[in-house]
Amino acid sequence: MSYAGWIIFTASLVGFSCGLIGVFLILRKTAMMADAISHTVLLGIVVAFLITGELSGVYMVIGGIVAGIVTTYLVQLLRSLDVQHDASMGIVFTTLFAIGVILIATKAGNAHLDVQHALMGEITFIPFHTTTLPFIGDVPVAVVLLAVISVVVLLLIVVFYKEWKLTSFDPALAASLGIPVTLMHYLFMSLVSVTTVASFDAVGAIMVVAMLITPAAAAYLWTDRLAVMLVLSSSFGIFSAVIGYYIAQWLDTSISGSMAFATGIVFIISFLFAPTHGIVQKYLFVKRETTTS
Amino acid sequence: MWSILLSSNTQWVLLSTMILGIAAGMVGCIAYFKRQNLMSDALSHAALPGVVIAFILFAEKQLYVLIIGAAVSALCGALFIQAVSTSTRISEDASMGMVLAVFYGLGIMLLTIANRMVSGNQSGLVSFIYGQAAAMVRSDMYTMILLALAVVFILFLLLKEWKVYLFDGGFAKGIGLSVRGMDLLYIGILVTTIVIGIQAVGVILMAALMITPAVSARYWTKTFAMMLLLSALFGGISGAVGTLITALWSGLPTGPFIVVVASSLFIFSLLFGKEKGIVLRFIEQSRQRKTIEAREVG
Repeated sequence: MSYAGWIIFTASLVGFSCGLIGVFLILRKTAMMADAISHTVLLGIVVAFLITGELSGVYMVIGGIVAGIVTTYLVQLLRSLDVQHDASMGIVFTTLFAIGVILIATKAGNAHLDVQHALMGEITFIPFHTTTLPFIGDVPVAVVLLAVISVVVLLLIVVFYKEWKLTSFDPALAASLGIPVTLMHYLFMSLVSVTTVASFDAVGAIMVVAMLITPAAAAYLWTDRLAVMLVLSSSFGIFSAVIGYYIAQWLDTSISGSMAFATGIVFIISFLFAPTHGIVQKYLFVKRETTTS
Repeated sequence: MWSILLSSNTQWVLLSTMILGIAAGMVGCIAYFKRQNLMSDALSHAALPGVVIAFILFAEKQLYVLIIGAAVSALCGALFIQAVSTSTRISEDASMGMVLAVFYGLGIMLLTIANRMVSGNQSGLVSFIYGQAAAMVRSDMYTMILLALAVVFILFLLLKEWKVYLFDGGFAKGIGLSVRGMDLLYIGILVTTIVIGIQAVGVILMAALMITPAVSARYWTKTFAMMLLLSALFGGISGAVGTLITALWSGLPTGPFIVVVASSLFIFSLLFGKEKGIVLRFIEQSRQRKTIEAREVG
């Protein structure tokens, strides 16, 4: 595949997996957890680097998952101590992120690890770090990682489809049916962190947040069915990745920034023109009603 | 080492981050009771495109120009959040997340373009975004201090109105207080505090300066006025101590240290606070258990 092809493919994998995960973030009304986790993952990666002394994929993923679970746990802990939910997210993620930045500044300053990189990613370098796979040939490391994680996310969603649906829409009913709601919550948050870590190096924290929240929010305006919403959301994610790449080429600017912006375009279109929930439709509907009455 | 502290520039930086902390701590209390703690996070990210556009248009790093740009774009973000969360079924936190990420993405796009257009001047802009209090010049500090004092002044002057606005909407209508006007004023001081804070602590950590002191203050008091004072105190201490640490060991980023100081104050309050602090709660519980046991035995 060509250089541009690999970049688009990598970003599409991010859009696909984030789009799937994002649906449940929106439905569980914990969208800002995506923002919190995408920032605390930085601390996990820095600590993993300080312990092992190398920036390899496996340790990064483990560090990131641990950071994600710690974040989820601390937020829940503060919540159980009567701190408002969004305030506890705000306190936890800013503290852990600040510690991460301080560690980078004092201990890991000369390593290939800086805050700007973490926030914006280095998608242009993805095609250069390749590994050789049997039957397929040279494939960028990030693509392998993202492909594995996309498959895992897809599998977990398909296998536990009913459980996800119940715990997202009616946690009380789910609990009464014997579904381990808390365990599912932690499993879900681990999935969010795994996806974030894998996407992190490619596209950076901010674009992960954009890809996690925006396509799913846009899809939420188009449909009332969970399965349709999953398909739409992941397609919007892929679409934004492709469009974003060409916007970046056209304006000669940051690829991950453009992709985040492209998710916004998709949302604005949905916000205006989606059936029943779109603004235009609502406006027309109200107008028709007033003229008939 | 101590001579750095005596230099007048460090003293000015200290003063401005301290007053910023005071203003942010107080505004944070209002946001806390409006249950919009993460609004500051969303809006500080949403300010980025405005900063870069102002920089491109005027090609200079004058703080007040950048502040106007930041304020306009943060206000657009606030309007968008309100439009989406009131007219669709998408929750407020999802709309905040979208504004945060999409505006920031746009900002990064523009920043890349700006870096190409205006050569050599970009390092200043980057420190503006990631927060470097030591890089501030004297005129920036004057602007910051003036605006922060204005915010503090508005909060003190309208203390009664804020109380009515936050806790008793019906009564506010009764006495003819415009809730819409207070809404606008709230967004106004929120955005002002955010945009002046960005340069000192950075886009990402600005939220901490708003959220953490307010939550910490809640552990010490039940009255709103006292909470405002304590939150201002915690914010001010965080700003000053964080700056002090980075002034003594130069080259370190200011924002993260301010945040860590604020978080330490929070943990202290969470443990030892007079109202619902963990330790006090624990003592209370064990005392009750003992009286119950004693009664059972007796």
